[in-house]
Amino acid sequence: MLSAILVLVLLALVFGLLLGYASIRFKVEGEPLVEQIDSLLPQTQCGQCGFPGCKPYATAIANEEADINQCPPGGEATIHALADLLDREPIPLNPENGEEAPKTIAIINESDCIGCTLCIQACPVDAILGAAKQMHTVIEIECTGCELCVPPCPVDCIDMVAVENNIEQWNWPSPIKALEAPLVFLETTKSSAGKASS
Amino acid sequence: MKKLFRFPGGIEVPQYKEISITQATKKAKLPARLVLPLHQHIGAPAEPIVAEGEIVLKGQKIAHATDYVSAPIHAPTSGTVSYIGDREAPHPSGMRAPCIEIIPDGKETWVELTSHARDYTALDPSSLRNVIREAGIVGLGGAGFPSYIKLNPGPGREIETLIINGIECEPYITCDDMLMRERADEIVAGVLVIQHALQAKRTVIAIEDNKPEAIESVKSAIKQLAEDLIDVAVIPTIYPAGSEKQLVYAITGEEVPSEGLPVQVGVVCQNIGTVAAVYRAVHHGEPLISRYVTITGDVDSPQNLEVLFGTIVEELVAQCSDNVQDIKRLIIGGPMMGFAMHSLNIPLIKTSNCVLVDRGRHSQFSGREHIMPCIRCGACAQVCPIKLLPQQLYWYAKAEDLDQVQNYNLFDCIECGCCDYVCPSHIPLVQYYRFAKGEIWQREEERLKSDKARLRHEFRERRIERDKQEAEERRRLKKEALHKKATNAENKDPADEKNDPKKAAILAAMERVREKKSSQKINPKNTDNLSKKQHQLIDEIDERRKRQRQDEQQSGVD
Amino acid sequence: MTEFLLILVSTVLVNNFVLVKFLGLCPFMGVSRKLETATGMALATTFVLTLSSICSYLVNTYLLAPFELEYLRTITFILVIAVVVQLTEMVVHKTSPLLYQVLGIYLPLITTNCAVLGVALLNVQAELSFFESAVYGFGASVGFSLVLILFAAMRERITVADVPVAFRGPAIALVTAGLMSMAFMGFSGLIKA
Repeated sequence: MLSAILVLVLLALVFGLLLGYASIRFKVEGEPLVEQIDSLLPQTQCGQCGFPGCKPYATAIANEEADINQCPPGGEATIHALADLLDREPIPLNPENGEEAPKTIAIINESDCIGCTLCIQACPVDAILGAAKQMHTVIEIECTGCELCVPPCPVDCIDMVAVENNIEQWNWPSPIKALEAPLVFLETTKSSAGKASS
Repeated sequence: MKKLFRFPGGIEVPQYKEISITQATKKAKLPARLVLPLHQHIGAPAEPIVAEGEIVLKGQKIAHATDYVSAPIHAPTSGTVSYIGDREAPHPSGMRAPCIEIIPDGKETWVELTSHARDYTALDPSSLRNVIREAGIVGLGGAGFPSYIKLNPGPGREIETLIINGIECEPYITCDDMLMRERADEIVAGVLVIQHALQAKRTVIAIEDNKPEAIESVKSAIKQLAEDLIDVAVIPTIYPAGSEKQLVYAITGEEVPSEGLPVQVGVVCQNIGTVAAVYRAVHHGEPLISRYVTITGDVDSPQNLEVLFGTIVEELVAQCSDNVQDIKRLIIGGPMMGFAMHSLNIPLIKTSNCVLVDRGRHSQFSGREHIMPCIRCGACAQVCPIKLLPQQLYWYAKAEDLDQVQNYNLFDCIECGCCDYVCPSHIPLVQYYRFAKGEIWQREEERLKSDKARLRHEFRERRIERDKQEAEERRRLKKEALHKKATNAENKDPADEKNDPKKAAILAAMERVREKKSSQKINPKNTDNLSKKQHQLIDEIDERRKRQRQDEQQSGVD
Repeated sequence: MTEFLLILVSTVLVNNFVLVKFLGLCPFMGVSRKLETATGMALATTFVLTLSSICSYLVNTYLLAPFELEYLRTITFILVIAVVVQLTEMVVHKTSPLLYQVLGIYLPLITTNCAVLGVALLNVQAELSFFESAVYGFGASVGFSLVLILFAAMRERITVADVPVAFRGPAIALVTAGLMSMAFMGFSGLIKA
């Protein structure tokens, strides 16, 4: 009986010491997982997920405080990427935070701008150029479409305009969707060159 | 004749070439208008250098190259620039693209040309390449890569083999065949120019064995102009022997590395049409303004025409057919790799080698047959010339698993359509690969953009933090300074005033002035005969000074 | 030498722990959705199995047997296994936080993996020597890893295939596992016991 207790106590002590040493030796510094999650988010810094920016949302996902379907600008693509990274099932976008909308950018109506700099202070990526009492303008290629500049403007001169697709950025559509659409044939009933060719 | 190699995969397809080689190539009729898209090549689009209303001559440069990988565009005929803006483009999307529209004046007046026929061997390589660049020459085999870049293999790289691609493996297309039959001498002269530019050790013109007349014609031209300098390789007719990577393997036995270029194995390929254009540019100074195009399919008189770029397709079809009615599909390119267009009102450009008209009279043009599920038969893998696994690419592209699809080397796919052709379930495999490639490019772009946005955001956070800290620092210093002044003021001693160095300096200065005045007897001038007004002014100033001094003494200068 | 080879072949193929003995099915089904995760799990289990097999043998031979405390076998073995798993967790957390996050609960669940305890107890039952126990443990983990990785690769392909709706998910996975098990029956009789 005594020997049993002694053996168990001895084992427990030895293992306890071993684990104690290991926990110090293998201490984890930093938050590498958060960085990996953050690199998949669209960096709009819009706050639609309920967190003040993309990094806080990434931290919340890493701590399992938030689910992976809270980001509307990222949309389905981001949900799938996050699901892939964290080996979870992809779930539909949370409709409470907004809908997945086509990309827009902010345009300042220059005739209405009063040069108050409130929008410059609001932009999370410094995409608005201007100074006090000088004209403000949005640098189009840096604008992420987060819409944070629209509420502060006192004269409501900022519009969100959809980004137009041009031929240089066109890509082939998914064949699954294309096959569901009706086959389009050429319309040759009218002669578009203007000359009677028949 | 050196040994040839059989590339893996490939299919034998019915050729349908006999219908368009019955007549000699004619020049197409001068059209009523020419529409020239600014992006007819791989690389950055050209930028217009003419304005609307300007009169241009035949061969005049109307748009310049904007980047290293770019090409200029020239007016195919003399006339007036009528419009610069968006027009329907020969693009599978059916979208519009920026174009320059010219209305010909019918006179076909050439611009002044410079010939280098006699002296091109004396030109240094860079100047020769520049001549070719300025002539707007791009690969006429279908890709449109600016040719002058291929003629620059890079420092320290030797070119073992120069291959001239006269294969033309796609069914229906015969423009290269006719060019070889009719202009073999121009081709050989062009090959000699390129051979000189590259200093290649071996030059081969590769022709498929279904073109015996072309082979004869080229061989006799070589005998006349370049005996023993150029070989002719006759390649068995298998699709896609004309694809660059397959041809390199067939002639040299070397495999071009994955996502690499032939120049990495010491080979450069040029299309036969490109070579003929190089001849015209170097020997005659003519820029690239036209090419041979095959008009074939369901037309009454299928043939090859020499077409000016910018000619509208409808006009060409009308020249080969009684009417342009009942056209179900218009394909630019061949039946394997061509694209169906949305309208007849599109121009032909540098890369358009064939116009294939489908009026539904022949069964080989299937619209959209009943597509069935994949039965995993593996026929696609057997015919792939790049030795990829089309079945796996299909499954992962369908599931939009973009990482796995890249693991199976999606970007090595040349979109030849062999897998598509043999699939017993009629699955449009190439469409899936094109879709997957587009998605991956788009995803890459978005990732770059979001990385940039993150950097800007982080910098902004740091800037705000820094501003806050600087403001804190300033406030702290100011507070200290005020505190110091306050304690100094309290502890001020009347005796200190005399010891204050500043005050002492002022007093000393005043002493010096007084001494100077008295010693040198400096008399202020102009003090006699002052008017009454001046006296009044002087009195006012004295009063003011007295008052100031009194105020100062009262408040106590620090 | 042949002894060790025989033990290896036996544990990896003939008496595969997952497909023939049906031990360790929990991580087999739970971690096999992605190949990378499965590989990580396989490595972790190999480390745990081999180490705990050795440690269990030592504890049994030098601590339990001399004092006639064989009845404490189960609890001490579990103690050993739990400590080794905890060590493995710490190492994984440090070297690959992503793998740590992805494996989630399955990493500490290696403690309850019946294959691990099974190996420890079977070693004692068969009265194997030290080296034989080590090879037995190692062989068992190699067999487990082999089957786990094969199954994960197959499940990845099944995910993108046209599976009938009623079978999608765990159903087709179990059917596949059953078929694999039948295939491994073909190894029986390879070694005359």
